[in-house]
Amino acid sequence: MILIVDMNSKKDSLGFSEFVLPIVSIVSPFQEPAVKHYLELDDRSTKDCDRIILSGNALKDDVSLRHPENFDWLMKCEKPVLGICAGMQMLGLAFGCRLKESLGIGMTQIRTVKANPLFSLAFRAYGLHNCTLEPCEVFDVLAESESGIEAVKHRQKQMYGVLFHPEVRNKEIIERFLMM
Amino acid sequence: MKLAILFSGGKDSTLSLHRAVEKETVSCLITIISKNKASFMFHTPNIDITKLQAEALELPLIQRLTEGKPEEELKDLKEAIGEAADDFGIEGVVTGAIESVYQAERIQRICHERDLWCFNPLWKRDQQDLLEEILERNFEVIISGVFAYPLDESWLGKTLDKSLVERLLRLGREYKISPSGEGGEIETTVLDAPLFRRKIRIQEASVQMEKTSGTYVIRKAGFVQK
Repeated sequence: MILIVDMNSKKDSLGFSEFVLPIVSIVSPFQEPAVKHYLELDDRSTKDCDRIILSGNALKDDVSLRHPENFDWLMKCEKPVLGICAGMQMLGLAFGCRLKESLGIGMTQIRTVKANPLFSLAFRAYGLHNCTLEPCEVFDVLAESESGIEAVKHRQKQMYGVLFHPEVRNKEIIERFLMM
Repeated sequence: MKLAILFSGGKDSTLSLHRAVEKETVSCLITIISKNKASFMFHTPNIDITKLQAEALELPLIQRLTEGKPEEELKDLKEAIGEAADDFGIEGVVTGAIESVYQAERIQRICHERDLWCFNPLWKRDQQDLLEEILERNFEVIISGVFAYPLDESWLGKTLDKSLVERLLRLGREYKISPSGEGGEIETTVLDAPLFRRKIRIQEASVQMEKTSGTYVIRKAGFVQK
C-alpha cells in the first residue's frame, strides 16, 4: 500500500484536489493508495504501508513547515519516501537541515548532478516554492536549477525529495519511485 | 478564508466556484473581458453574460476590459485582483485551470506579489471525470464556441448532456482534441447551476462562423425562476 500524506495545513482543504489528487491519479494504476492528512499520521499508518509520498501544498501554506515536530516519525521510518516540494522541505527539516529563500513559480530547467533511479540528464519541470534546502550532510544533492537545490536523497535511507512538482509535468518520476 | 473566483462564465470556472463555496467563503467574482479573441489567458465568447450570471449567483462582480495583448493583459488582471483585495478583503484567488501551466504560472505570480493564496481546484483532473461531475451537479451548460476541426456550427448552442459528452469523448479519442476544451477547442456558457438563484434563459442568439471557428453569440437573455 502507498501512503500519500496530505501536506495542506487544513484537512480536506481546497488545496487537496490540487496537490494530493493528482498524485492519487498517478499512483492508483499501480496500487490503491491510502491518503492521510499529516496531523492524522500514527505509527500504524506509516508501518502498514510499503512507500510514502509527501505531497506539496499552496505557495502561501507554511503551517506544516513551522511544526517539523509533527514529522519526527521520519527519523525512525525505514520505508522509501518521496517528498514533493513542501514534502522535500519537510524531509530536510525533519533531519535537521535548514531552508533558504528561493522563489520558483513555473517551468524551470533542472540538471541532474548525481546519478539516481528517478531521473537523469537535464529536463524541464514545474516549480511552485518559496524556499529550498541548504546543503547539509544528511542528503546528497541529485539535481539543481539556477535557484538552488531541486532534488536530494538521504545518504543512508531510501528517502528522496524533489522541489519541483512531478505530478504536474514528469509524472514518470513518481512512477519510477513506485517501481524502485 | 475570503476568496475571489476568476470567472469566465464557462463550465470550469463555475465548477471551481462550487468547489470553493464548499470549503471557504466566496466574496466576489472577477471577469476579464479580452478584446483579443485568441487570448491564452481569458475565455472570450459571451463574456458579457457574466454580469447576468453574477446577478443570478447574487455575488459582486469586478469586470475589467483588456486589449488582450500577452503580458499586458496580466496588468489588467492584477488590477482587478487588487480591487477585489481592497474592496472585499479577499485573501485568495480561485481559478478554473486544469492543465495550462501558462495560465497557472501567471496567476500564481500575481497572487504571490499581492500576498494572496491561489487555488486551482480542478488542477490535473481527468477531463471525462470533470464533464461527468458537471452533469451530476445538474449544471445547464451550452456550447458557445467551437475552435477545432471537426467541431462545426451544429454544436453551437447545444446543451451539454450525456450524449453530447459521449460524442465529445469520442471525438477526443479520434481527433486528439481535449474533450472538455482545455486546449481552447470549445468554449461553454453556464445558464444554470446549483448556486444560481435564478436560471438564465436565452431570448435571442445568432451563430457566427469564420472558417473552422464558430461562436454562439447571445444577443439577449433574461432570468426565469427556478
